[in-house]
Amino acid sequence: MIRLTDINRVFQVGDQQVHALRDINLTIDNGEYLSIMGPSGSGKSSLLNILGLLDNPSSGEYELEGEVVTHLSDEQQAVIRSTQIGFVFQFFHLLPRLSAEENIALPMMLAGIAAAERRKRTRKILDTLGLTDRAKHKPEQLSGGQRQRVAIGRATIMQPRVILADEPTGNLDRHSGHDVINILENLNQQGMALIIVTHDPELGERAHRKIRFVDGAITVDTGSN
Amino acid sequence: MSMAIVDMLGFSVGAIIRHPLRATLMLLAISIGVASIVILTGLGEGARRYVTSEFSSLGTNLLIVIPGKTETTGTALNIFSGETPRDLTLLDALSLKQHAQVHRIAPVVVGAANVSWQQLSREAPVLGSNSELLELRNWKMARGRFLPGADNTRASAVCVIGSKLRQELFKNENPIGKKIRIGDRQFRVIGTMASGGRSIGVDVEDIVIIPTVSAQNLFNTPSLFRILVEVRSRDALEKVKQHIIKTIKARHQGEEDVTVISQDAVLGTFDRIFTSLTLTVGGIAAISLTVAGILIMNIMLVTVSQRTTEIGLLKAIGASQHQIQSLFLIEASLLTAVGALAGIAIGYISNLFIHYMFPALDNMAPVWAVAAAFLLAVCTGLIFGAMPARRAARLDPIQALARR
Ligand SMILES: Nc1ncnc2c1ncn2[C@@H]1O[C@H](COP(=O)(O)OP(=O)(O)OP(=O)(O)O)[C@@H](O)[C@H]1O
Ligand SMILES: [Mg+2]
Repeated sequence: MIRLTDINRVFQVGDQQVHALRDINLTIDNGEYLSIMGPSGSGKSSLLNILGLLDNPSSGEYELEGEVVTHLSDEQQAVIRSTQIGFVFQFFHLLPRLSAEENIALPMMLAGIAAAERRKRTRKILDTLGLTDRAKHKPEQLSGGQRQRVAIGRATIMQPRVILADEPTGNLDRHSGHDVINILENLNQQGMALIIVTHDPELGERAHRKIRFVDGAITVDTGSN
Repeated sequence: MSMAIVDMLGFSVGAIIRHPLRATLMLLAISIGVASIVILTGLGEGARRYVTSEFSSLGTNLLIVIPGKTETTGTALNIFSGETPRDLTLLDALSLKQHAQVHRIAPVVVGAANVSWQQLSREAPVLGSNSELLELRNWKMARGRFLPGADNTRASAVCVIGSKLRQELFKNENPIGKKIRIGDRQFRVIGTMASGGRSIGVDVEDIVIIPTVSAQNLFNTPSLFRILVEVRSRDALEKVKQHIIKTIKARHQGEEDVTVISQDAVLGTFDRIFTSLTLTVGGIAAISLTVAGILIMNIMLVTVSQRTTEIGLLKAIGASQHQIQSLFLIEASLLTAVGALAGIAIGYISNLFIHYMFPALDNMAPVWAVAAAFLLAVCTGLIFGAMPARRAARLDPIQALARR
């Protein structure tokens, strides 16, 4: 479970203060499927970054599975990112020098999981993603949809509790966008919480819970259940 | 939660070979630094070995008496008062024979003169001494006899010549009994030296040896260059040394104006001189590693700025700052370690080549210098890689992943 209490995020740009998030209070249960929509610059990515512990709030408290994680050390936050959170980005962010399977195995390598175990898990996930015959391909040899599938494989290989997807279909055509969403929804059905930021209304509607952001604040929350 | 070393290495190698030119540049910088340490310390060590082997050929039970007082404060005073040391004479030398522990005494006069036979003529080193020199220096005769008389205080016009000189003057003729001209005097050849043997930089194959007094007459000097004293046993060296100083002092109106050195002392001195020389040139070469270090730092900074997205991504999937820093440090030290190994190889090959060109120089770099060069190079990589690695670790992942 995720609980955000009075979260603010203020960026200092020169002598100007940019209020990216204002007094966010939000509770997300395990296994929820949630979409975040809103105009550009409204703070959607900022929220995702805080949820994924890539960024710390300027004020407020973030509680994850009953533990306050806001003031943990970098080392401890890294462990949480590694084991509990999976990121999926609009621009895939695959390492170009690594093959599809190596990209997927990267989080396990960082976590110090043995090579044999890595191979076993990677093979399984490649199979469910329909990428087995692309295992040795470099990202540049893959289509956009395939790249995003590899990225999803990488995000979920450590069996995280939450998947944070920031415009996962933003760079894909309609067809591969659907594929990607199907895969993500499948993972959600298996129990991972899925939080999708999107500009696509149709996609946003698919989520069970819809949140709307304007100017750093939540204006609409269709609520749980 | 820590990455396995092999994985770190594999990851770094993967990153390095993506930019072969950059990697080559870093390898080159480091290997040049390390190779120059290996080559320069090799030369220093070679020079040291050369000189010490020259002196160890003197024999271990040897004392050398040279005119002039050194090693005490008296030296400085002498220099300022303008006093010159009294000459060492042949009689001084012969007086040293009294001591029971003294086995042999050889006075030495050195100079150079024109040596000629028939039309052939050349400049050669001339050594004045007595019959004892042969045994004392362990030299071997090829033909004939060595100089006569241990206590010879008279000139006689006989000489012994080195094998190379014999070859040059006489070709295949038998020189024994022939009269050669040394300077403006005639000397009869009574023997020739076997090849081999060196004596403090003088090639025995190249010299003419004549009786002490003949040499003194030839060079018009009453003094000796030095006196070689062979002591019966090593234990008696110090006792004989004191005896020599006392005896000469008594003969020189109470003036202590000679220096007696043993081979150990000479060796020790040269050893110190050349070791510090080696350290100095090695140190200078090590400075070139600093230059390489600065290059590494710049290249690593470029690398970090080009890989911000990668760094941000690694953080997003669970890498800690510490892990990112380690990855970049490993990359830097991997490059420097490989560069250092290449440098050691280059240095060794260069040393072999130099040795091939100058066989007398045994210029193998000392192991400590090679090890130090390697460690220094890796430390350079770590030190100069630290700043870029820290910059990578502190990088803001949001900015890196944003692509605004
Ligand atoms: N690192 C930063 N430094 C300064 N300002 C920032 C930074 N990151 C975000 N902002 C500002 O915070 C506000 C929210 O940005 P955010 O990226 O969260 O918006 P968004 O809703 O994701 O927009 P988009 O739909 O365009 O992705 C914006 O005004 C943005 O300029
Ligand atoms: Mg955004």
